[in-house]
Amino acid sequence: MNARRRAGVLVPALVVLAALPAMGITIPGVFDGALNAPGTLNLLGLCFVFGALALTYDLVFGYAGLLSFGHALYFATGVYVTAVAVTRWHWSLPAAIGLTAIVSLVLPLVLGAICLRMRDIPFAMVTLAFAQAGSILVLQNPLGLTGGEEGLALGGDALPAFAVGVANTRNLYWIALALLIVVYAVASRAVNSPPGRVWQAIRENERRVNVLGLNPYTYKLGAFVLSAFLASATGVVYLLLQGGANPQVTTADFTLALLVMVVLGGVGTLWGAVLGGVVYEYLDFRLVALSNTNAIQALPDVLRVPLSEPLFLLGVLFIVLVLFVPGGLGGALTRGLPRISS
Amino acid sequence: MTTFALLLITGLALGALYFLIAAGLSLIWGLMRVLNFAHGAFFTVGAYAGWTAAGAMPTAPFGVRWTIAIVTAIVVGGVFAALTEVLLIRPLYARHVGQVLVTVGLALAAIALVQGAFGSDPQHVDVPGRLSSTIAIGGTNVPNTRPFVIASALVVYLLLLFFLRRTRFGLIVRAGVENRAMVQALGIDVQRAFTLVFALGGAAAGLAGMLAGTYYGTIDPGRGTSMLIFAFIVVIIGGLGSVTGSAIAAIVVGVLQQFLNYYGATGVGDFSVVLLLAVVLLIRPSGFAGAAT
Repeated sequence: MNARRRAGVLVPALVVLAALPAMGITIPGVFDGALNAPGTLNLLGLCFVFGALALTYDLVFGYAGLLSFGHALYFATGVYVTAVAVTRWHWSLPAAIGLTAIVSLVLPLVLGAICLRMRDIPFAMVTLAFAQAGSILVLQNPLGLTGGEEGLALGGDALPAFAVGVANTRNLYWIALALLIVVYAVASRAVNSPPGRVWQAIRENERRVNVLGLNPYTYKLGAFVLSAFLASATGVVYLLLQGGANPQVTTADFTLALLVMVVLGGVGTLWGAVLGGVVYEYLDFRLVALSNTNAIQALPDVLRVPLSEPLFLLGVLFIVLVLFVPGGLGGALTRGLPRISS
Repeated sequence: MTTFALLLITGLALGALYFLIAAGLSLIWGLMRVLNFAHGAFFTVGAYAGWTAAGAMPTAPFGVRWTIAIVTAIVVGGVFAALTEVLLIRPLYARHVGQVLVTVGLALAAIALVQGAFGSDPQHVDVPGRLSSTIAIGGTNVPNTRPFVIASALVVYLLLLFFLRRTRFGLIVRAGVENRAMVQALGIDVQRAFTLVFALGGAAAGLAGMLAGTYYGTIDPGRGTSMLIFAFIVVIIGGLGSVTGSAIAAIVVGVLQQFLNYYGATGVGDFSVVLLLAVVLLIRPSGFAGAAT
């Protein structure tokens, strides 16, 4: 896709998305309320956050070829460090974000340095183990900081006024949209930079990169830290949108969901990953609503039970995609619309 | 001293559960280079199958119900795993990441289904009278389930060793772990060994699911995943592909976890196990046994 045509598609789309909070249209069957209703804006904001998060995971998995099972840890770092600093220590939001930024650079640097001593599947297992340590830490509620299983509601007094209250959902929506744009811009810049090309070379053939005189370890660590840092940034926006931290985001299941998003959308394409994240979050939300409808509840148990479990449907969809549509939704669309993607 | 003995035996029993999961994982990885996330699903499905089978016969004597629960868990775990290998892993031959992804999808779907069918709350597991009483070991009363779990894992370990060292299939599996390409080049059908290793691993995981039900007194859909993560740690510390390495690592991890969770604070033991993993990786990236890189 050449730059002018891309801009021709993207700019109007972004203008429409940015103007959405001013539109009172309802789209029956797609969203429950009007487009500018807080509920719809919140859902869309979450979709953007997950699109951005899937994109950060695609950097490390799709581009550098590192099958990390610990990405939830870095997202959770953004969520929890900010939540604890604001709610427990009563820091201002910018100070809390500053602290989060430092932690989310140092943590992946240290853990990545250890994990990247392994390759392929052992690497996956080790990243999983570290993420589990993070999850245990959050659940154990050390010094009463994290709130354990109950999570941690974001304290209102230290928060800026624009981020509080249902009426201000539109501000958070814009922040989420801005996050997605920024993360996309950084990721797009990164994968087209010289180091980004080395990442893709490592994914294809690490030994060869080594023979060419480059040290794959440094490049992989770079990809790992960048992706983790951006994931923490999405975590901060998620925290604001949700108004609290939930230990669910620290679990291995959450990382697996990210994996599903990226594969759903198409591994190794930026917009595919965004699409996967947005579609996954939307489906996850809508399938819960769907399962409570009368049509589903009236079905016999054999059909009702599987259909009312979103994770079951998403898991099956995922298996089918891996087996039969290796490029994911993005790949399928690309084949259908060769003109736009070329 | 009594606390020490109790913690030691509880830790050994926990290690035994880890071993039952890790042994299959380690062999599957060693032979096929598949990171099997569905192992937690084999564990959970086996446990619920055994629990359902026991619940279906409320009139049978307790011991009989219990035995049937265990056998059902083993059979269902094994069959589920064999089907997984044939239907999902085999079509993705030579696509390692694809294989991992399929097991991830299966794990999500299977556990969600169990949760939908049985609810997410823990279900109580009845234990036969003889197992629910205690035994005096080292000056303390230990629930009989602990030695029972340990003994079961020991039996599985010995059976696995016998299988690997004394049978023809075992020979193929061991040779395949060392060098799969060479085994295939010699005209041996490794595919059947793949299915067999999956079935054995699944059976052991199913058994672990039911035994964990006795150990904790309850079964719940989420336990498989959390046990699986510690089993992964055991597999790496023990050296991928080595059954004996897994056994030793499982004991170390289980006992360490119990002692630190008791003498430190809850969660300290779990945390230390991950630290142990980091230390082992820094010193010796291939694990204790170092059977594979």
